[in-house]
Amino acid sequence: MASLSETLGFLTSRLRQIGIFIALFVIVILFQVLTNGRLLTAGNVANIIVQNSYILILAIGMVMVIIAGHIDLSVGSVAAFVGALSGVMVVNWGWPWWVGILVSLVIGALVGAWQGFWIAIVGIPAFIVTLAGMLIFRGLTQIVLENRQITPFPAEYRQLGGGYLFPQLFPATTSVAEWITVGLGLLALVFFVSQQVRARVNRVKLGLEGEPAAWFWTKVGFTAALILGLTYLLGVAPGSRGTPVVLVVLAVLVIVYTAVMNRSVFGRHIYAIGGNRNAADLSGIKSRKVDFYLFVNMGVLAALAGLVFTGRLNSAGPGAGNLFELDAIAAAFIGGAAVQGGIGTVTGAITGGLIMGVLNNGMSLLGVSTDYQQFIKGMVLLLAVAFDVFNKRRAGGR
Amino acid sequence: MANSILEMRGITKTFPGVKALQDVNLTVERGQVHAICGENGAGKSTLMKVLSGVYPNGTYEGDIVFEDKPVAFRDIRDSEHAGIVIIHQELALSPYLSIAENIFLGNEIASNGFIDWDKTNLEAAKLLARVGLRDNPITPVREIGVGKQQLVEIAKALSKEVKLLILDEPTAALNDEDSAHLLDLIRHLKEQGITSIIISHKLNEIKAIADKVTIIRDGRTIETLDLDRDEISEDRIIKGMVGRDLEHRYPDRTPKIGEEVLRIEDWTVHHPTEPGRVVIHNAHLNVRAGEVVGIAGLMGAGRTELAMSIFGRAYGSNISGRAYLRGKEVKLRSVSEAIKNGLAYATEDRKRYGLNLIEDIKRNVSAAALGKLAKRGWVDGDREYLVAEDFRKSMNIKAPTVDAYTGKLSGGNQQKVVLSKWMYSDPDVLILDEPTRGIDVGAKYEIYTIINRLAAEGKAIIVISSELPELLGICDRIYALSEGHVTGEVPIAEATPEVLMQYMTKEKEPDHGVA
Repeated sequence: MASLSETLGFLTSRLRQIGIFIALFVIVILFQVLTNGRLLTAGNVANIIVQNSYILILAIGMVMVIIAGHIDLSVGSVAAFVGALSGVMVVNWGWPWWVGILVSLVIGALVGAWQGFWIAIVGIPAFIVTLAGMLIFRGLTQIVLENRQITPFPAEYRQLGGGYLFPQLFPATTSVAEWITVGLGLLALVFFVSQQVRARVNRVKLGLEGEPAAWFWTKVGFTAALILGLTYLLGVAPGSRGTPVVLVVLAVLVIVYTAVMNRSVFGRHIYAIGGNRNAADLSGIKSRKVDFYLFVNMGVLAALAGLVFTGRLNSAGPGAGNLFELDAIAAAFIGGAAVQGGIGTVTGAITGGLIMGVLNNGMSLLGVSTDYQQFIKGMVLLLAVAFDVFNKRRAGGR
Repeated sequence: MANSILEMRGITKTFPGVKALQDVNLTVERGQVHAICGENGAGKSTLMKVLSGVYPNGTYEGDIVFEDKPVAFRDIRDSEHAGIVIIHQELALSPYLSIAENIFLGNEIASNGFIDWDKTNLEAAKLLARVGLRDNPITPVREIGVGKQQLVEIAKALSKEVKLLILDEPTAALNDEDSAHLLDLIRHLKEQGITSIIISHKLNEIKAIADKVTIIRDGRTIETLDLDRDEISEDRIIKGMVGRDLEHRYPDRTPKIGEEVLRIEDWTVHHPTEPGRVVIHNAHLNVRAGEVVGIAGLMGAGRTELAMSIFGRAYGSNISGRAYLRGKEVKLRSVSEAIKNGLAYATEDRKRYGLNLIEDIKRNVSAAALGKLAKRGWVDGDREYLVAEDFRKSMNIKAPTVDAYTGKLSGGNQQKVVLSKWMYSDPDVLILDEPTRGIDVGAKYEIYTIINRLAAEGKAIIVISSELPELLGICDRIYALSEGHVTGEVPIAEATPEVLMQYMTKEKEPDHGVA
């Protein structure tokens, strides 16, 4: 064990990444104590997940956009617009729910392509294009809805936003629903641990492991405990209703997009562009093409967020998705994304989003009024980014 | 002595690891035009920054006496207050403001905080008349040409009651007519008693207007020549500029030169944002396998522009001419096409164009050839690590692991990362733009060794450098570039600094067949 100082050195080098998880942990404990245990109950945890799911979905796309050095202010309006169109298709025209959802995602891609065209091909800054998009798609939402709400949606459609796994087959009160959740939790656990261990064994074999063993096992143990705790709260604890459908969707998105950002050529090009666009261009990276597909991707995720939100509320309204963009941007920055681009992670953005979500939820449980909530969220964002700037200056970065 | 307006004595300026100026002395006589000459990087601009307070008193050693009083400038405002105004090569005008606003920027004619526009424009018109401009002072600066902008800068200097005017490469961006006009103006100002220091490498201009010329080389004053009294030839000045002993050593190498790999013919490149301006005129060059070809040229000659325009049109607009790879004509329309066809270009500005400084070594090494590490769009991170680790060892990159951020490496090690990146892309032609800029002597030797190794492997290598000894030490053949023209091609056996400098300062040849 010559590695205590090594481990410490490693930890300080990853202070920012680790700090965000510790911050979430501290906030959860804090509110758990302050609310006398009302935070971590089965019903409330499911609520936090469902209530923040669409922000988290947006945050995944947003952090990618921010890493590339752009911003997207239009996602709230796009989510509302797609939600409204899905209402027209599924409710007004009576299309099958799954056709409505698929077409909605395609529409999201088209909206993203529209914005990507102006940003990547015409060369207008994303701030301007998406600010315009925010107005354009808000306007279109109101035109499509003729300023009325569309409701009610079919039950299948609503599953995406507010449903739990297999309610028709197994009512939540039965033990089968419980077992499904427990099974999924264990599956996730086995998948996660085996994947981590296999990767580490491989790296050690090739002689290129840089992570101290103590840190690796702490990380794996902590995440495993998290998965088990969540499984217990969602499946076993009193009042549990099973696994929210949207949690499965989110888990898949996090796994896929983490892989995309770390391991795919596309993801690596995003980091390269954000870190130094000139150098990326001179390395033969087609930065405009990457920009374009980034916004197509953001459009699809915004559409998905719109479907989830509409499903949860069981209505598509003209004011839906208002200010979602700011929550998503805040999540990305709290999660460690750099304003200049080049730095950020999907898990960081998700954690940032959860910090905001737990803060919201905890303060609501304590009866803190929304004006104070706004104030505190603003301070958290400011301090998180200030911490980054301070950290970078101390490290002597640029 | 009594007649000198400025005396700089024993000026030494050190940057971390580099002595930019060492015991430099400069005496400028009142009412004269004093030229300062030297190679790129000799320390001319640093000296002028010391004089004008850009490097404040205390950051350098030595004394400055201006108008018989010792001075210690803390910033540019201080030196301007004393009557010293510097006009930089890159003009510092605000394009959307009017001529008059620019002239009085930071020095506004105002009462009670409100600008007196009538007086501003009237005074501006008077100053414009002094520099021979008849444009309306309310014209936005972006609507007048570069030549006139230069004159506006001088008018701005006059508005500050300048006693000593410093011009850094004033004619570098000007055409012949504008240059002639500017030189006339400097003569005219001299008659009005204004002393000028002019930094230039256009020797014919120096001969035309300067009274004295001080030559700086490697951060030291070499000599001051009196152009009025003695008959000084351009060759004499060149000798002073380059006549250093070749103290750097270059690794030995026996060239094994093979077939021609790359050939460029009639290559003409226009400026990317000013379509009328031709940056490269009908250039030609070729390079063979195993050959190291140099491109020599002074600042602004178009070396980088030529290289980048070849590298998938990364610079310029309206590019015409033909490029041949192994005798077959190719159209390299984008950087990725250039890379696919076996070209690589390592930039002169590592930090801005070469590296992602907030990323680690391995991801920088793989950046230009990520496809080689990927299957169906997914990167094999472990292999990437091993590849980078190989380069770290073979290139002797001084970092504990390839997880180290490139922003924290020294210049030499950063350059090795850049070279590794391009070696991993496995090119046939490597264009190295100032491969040893900002690198200490030991690392330079390592870079030369790497260049030799690449040549021995049969790569065709083009090296752009401002340091003539470097080109002479490592190249087999050297092209000289002057003002966008290839003015000479010299085999290494015939190349001397004097010969190259003659080509590099040569006025453009008349275009063949064009009346």
